[in-house]
Amino acid sequence: MNDKLIIAGKSYSSRLLVGTGKYKDFTETKAAVEASGAEIITIAIRRSNIGQNPNEPSLLEILPPSKYTLLPNTAGCYSAEDAVRTLRLARELLDGHSLVKLEVLGDPQSLYPNVIETIAAAKTLVADGFQVMVYTSDDPIIAKQLEDIGCVAIMPLASLIGSGMGILNPWNLQLIMERVQVPVIVDAGVGTASDAAIAMELGCDGVLMNTAIAGAQQPVLMASAMKQAVEAGRSAFLAGRMPKKLYSASPSSPTAGIISSTRS
Amino acid sequence: MITVSINGAARQLPDSTGVAALIEEMGLTGKRIALERNGEIVPRSLFAAQQLADGDKLEVVVAVGGG
Repeated sequence: MNDKLIIAGKSYSSRLLVGTGKYKDFTETKAAVEASGAEIITIAIRRSNIGQNPNEPSLLEILPPSKYTLLPNTAGCYSAEDAVRTLRLARELLDGHSLVKLEVLGDPQSLYPNVIETIAAAKTLVADGFQVMVYTSDDPIIAKQLEDIGCVAIMPLASLIGSGMGILNPWNLQLIMERVQVPVIVDAGVGTASDAAIAMELGCDGVLMNTAIAGAQQPVLMASAMKQAVEAGRSAFLAGRMPKKLYSASPSSPTAGIISSTRS
Repeated sequence: MITVSINGAARQLPDSTGVAALIEEMGLTGKRIALERNGEIVPRSLFAAQQLADGDKLEVVVAVGGG
């Protein structure tokens, strides 16, 4: 089936995007990413530790840019200025790579997006030539504004980052999808496979997750479950579900030719 | 001696230390890093040409796991 996810003109076979944080070691990171089938993986940009063992492998040696589309994020940034600085460093680090994940957070308790700073950063980044996939609230008006600015994907939360609370407001996600032409990717809140399937059944173009996999008891097995859930949810969306018939049953077997009752 | 800030920590370095020499000393030569000097990115191609000055603020970053 030719059903590709197209972001900024590039097509991807997998609609599952995964983060690379919170794993116990690089071996587990690599195994989980491979089991997920993801082609786009997020990374963070952090200060180099002085005194770090220079012989230790780096993340990019485990997950090379030649094999994956790396999506540097701005996790931990609380202002447009910090987010823009971080992504300019990321672009330098990745040899001019321009596809990025913008997230500007509002406070450290909720990690809820600060959409005012997000919009400011998106304008600067788009003008600077970045292809911006943007983490935002599930506000359809803000989502449309971010598309109008030139973001290449809108990534609303389904619930708070790392909460695993699932799809709390499917109505808002649908309002966003009605208004926005670029891909809509649920980013944050997925807790288990059914959450990912629900997002895809709603018609979302993809799902981005990290903690749901890394925080599972068996991350590699959960990565595989998420791959299947995203595929199943997508197929169900494309197939078109049957209409719901409230308070009205409909037998699957023929109603004619039933043997007569001996009790009447 | 000059005093520069590297990732938020003050460091004393000999006069006319170059960016490339500092990167070498940090064990980061040839690694995927990016460097910001006083808020401006220094492309890796210019590491050899740039000399540090007293009061410089440097940020040296790498890619790590994240979501």
